[in-house]
Amino acid sequence: MGIGLTQILFVSTALFFIGVYGFLTRRNMITMLMAIELILNSININFIAFNKYLYADKLDGLFFTVFIITIAAAEAAVAIAIIINLYRSYKSIDIEDADTMKY
Amino acid sequence: MLSAALIALIPLLPIFCFLLIALLGKNAFPKFCGVLGTLSILGSFVLSAVVAFQYFFQVGKVNGIYQQLIPIKFEWLQFSPNVSIDMGILLDPISVMMILIVTFISLMVHIYSLGYMKGEERYATYYGFLSLFTFSMLGLVLSSNIFQIYIFWELVGVSSYLLIGFYFDRPSAVAAAKKAFIVTRFADLGFLIGILILAFYSGTLDFQTLITRLTTPTDQLNAITSASFMGMSALMWGLVLVFIGGAGKSAMFPLHIWLPDAMEGPTPVSALIHAATMVVAGVFLVARLFPVYSLSCHSALDVVAYVGIFSSFFAAIVACTQTDIKRVLAYSTMSQIGYMMFALGVSGYGGEHGLGYMASMFHLFTHAMFKALLFLGAGAVIHYVHSNEMKDMGGLRKLMPITHITFLIACLAIAGIPPFAGFFSKEEILQAAYQSNKMIFFVAILTAAITAFYMFRLYFSIFWNKDLTPALSINGEGENGHAHGHSKSEGTGSMLMPLIILGTLSLIAGFVPFGKLVTSDGKELLTEFHISFSVAPVLLASAGILLAYNFYKKENEKPQSVADGLKGLYSAAYKKFYIDEIYLFVTKKLVFNLIGRPAAWFDRNVVDGTMNMIATVTEKTSYSIKAIQSGKLQQYSIYFFSGVIGFVLLFIYWWKRG
Repeated sequence: MGIGLTQILFVSTALFFIGVYGFLTRRNMITMLMAIELILNSININFIAFNKYLYADKLDGLFFTVFIITIAAAEAAVAIAIIINLYRSYKSIDIEDADTMKY
Repeated sequence: MLSAALIALIPLLPIFCFLLIALLGKNAFPKFCGVLGTLSILGSFVLSAVVAFQYFFQVGKVNGIYQQLIPIKFEWLQFSPNVSIDMGILLDPISVMMILIVTFISLMVHIYSLGYMKGEERYATYYGFLSLFTFSMLGLVLSSNIFQIYIFWELVGVSSYLLIGFYFDRPSAVAAAKKAFIVTRFADLGFLIGILILAFYSGTLDFQTLITRLTTPTDQLNAITSASFMGMSALMWGLVLVFIGGAGKSAMFPLHIWLPDAMEGPTPVSALIHAATMVVAGVFLVARLFPVYSLSCHSALDVVAYVGIFSSFFAAIVACTQTDIKRVLAYSTMSQIGYMMFALGVSGYGGEHGLGYMASMFHLFTHAMFKALLFLGAGAVIHYVHSNEMKDMGGLRKLMPITHITFLIACLAIAGIPPFAGFFSKEEILQAAYQSNKMIFFVAILTAAITAFYMFRLYFSIFWNKDLTPALSINGEGENGHAHGHSKSEGTGSMLMPLIILGTLSLIAGFVPFGKLVTSDGKELLTEFHISFSVAPVLLASAGILLAYNFYKKENEKPQSVADGLKGLYSAAYKKFYIDEIYLFVTKKLVFNLIGRPAAWFDRNVVDGTMNMIATVTEKTSYSIKAIQSGKLQQYSIYFFSGVIGFVLLFIYWWKRG
């Protein structure tokens, strides 16, 4: 029995929830950013898998994946810029410390 | 020829003066404000004299009848093509006479106050208020429509309130000011409703049109007499309600309770507002609408007559027992205004029957002179002995000769001794009463005798009786809490000059040929003078004076023994027949407890309660859910993800079910 769609979806689902878990539990912003990357990549895997197994003659899924990778790169750049600025102000990258605008 | 601009300047000078003092003068040149106010009133007085001369002797009379002239009129508010409120100036004999009286007395009071109020802390404010009052009063008498008169009516009420409460650091003055304002406000409610009734049926607010429509047989007159409410016609209601407004301002029973308390104000103010001008506004109002009262609804006029005579008699009795000299004068004012009122009440319209109207206006004129003089004289006395109480006075005739002589003239005038001013006007009132209602006549003549008694009780107590010891003259709180020391002179020239002028006028004002100038229909009214008729009133007045002489010339036990003899009556009169107590009982016990408190309870618990409940529920809810908004990003994400998962489960459930 080879690797089918189901197995790949299991992997991507696991990856997605690992990402969500990381996003919700970590206080370090860099770690949270990495968790978001995990979520995005689990989506990418989904797109590729559906494209390959269900619509092998089309390329729509691949295009989406390329777009998501691009967006993820841009997002990482912006996020890291924000994190660096926060670090300069607070000497910390703990998300709980950035609460000046809370009240 | 009458110039409209000059007439307009008469009320405008004082209001400009008021604005100047209020906005600039109070801070920039406070010492000069008195002179400024006096000059502006002098200007007004000169203009009034010119206008009066021109009106009475040059332009007013056409074919032997004094016309009503409207030199200025402009539309102020237009409600619909037919109904509008105009502002204008109406000149007729009574308004011309009134502007003359108001500006003259006001001028005297202004001059007097230059000395009397000197050194007062709020000297400039005082003159500002006086100017405001003079403006309002002039506006009131010159009003050409009934709504305009209402506006100025309220304005004189406000300025009276401000001046009664002038010494606002004294609780009694504050209470008196509030009392005056609230009592007259109740009366004004009646006045307003009366205006609305009259205006609704006649379809106009203008005096001339209103009087024409309600005295000649027109549709409007038909409508207002046929409409009835609780057994009285709408016309009767309207006129009685208007009279209630007038009775409030003129301190007629039972709305008189504010006037004696109003004596808390500075004495010159009492002379101007609470003796000579504002309190006769009610008489003026009835006189203004007199044709309607007289021709269309005589029963309303009867109400005026009986309220007038009762107030007159009532006040005369109370005045005999009071010991505060200003209160005696206040009750005497009420009594004399009662005279004017019932004189209007017994009068008819036109020709011979208009005697009462003429006499009422005549008495208004002479009363303004001698009552202002009495108050200013009393002011000088109070200024000298620093007390309002009779027991602190006595033997002042040598110390204050000018005050003594002028006060004596005024007392003789008010007692109706010939040839002083009061004699002539009172005589004509009595004659008018004699011709139409004998009962009123007898009460009036009795009142005249009592008047002579209490005025001379006042006179002898102040100027004769015991000799004033120096110790008595210095101690005691000054009426105004004057800071300056006790001076042994009568007062400054500015205080004595008005006394002398008014004294002279009280002597000669009776010789003014009033019947030729001010009558109900504008035609000349020749009054016959019967010596035989005058005998009885003069004898009675003399008897009153002799009695007072006997009681109060020298300090003795007679007044006390008489008072003891009439114990119940005396103490009732001394307590002003418990009218104040009745008012307090009705308001505090009945109105407050039975209406006020339940209403307050309803307001606090039901109306406010509903609102408070809504607010409380909102607040509680917000408190309990505000923890959700923690500001923590990851908590929000949890909500978001659990929401998404919840939806996913929901969709799966539905999808499974088919």
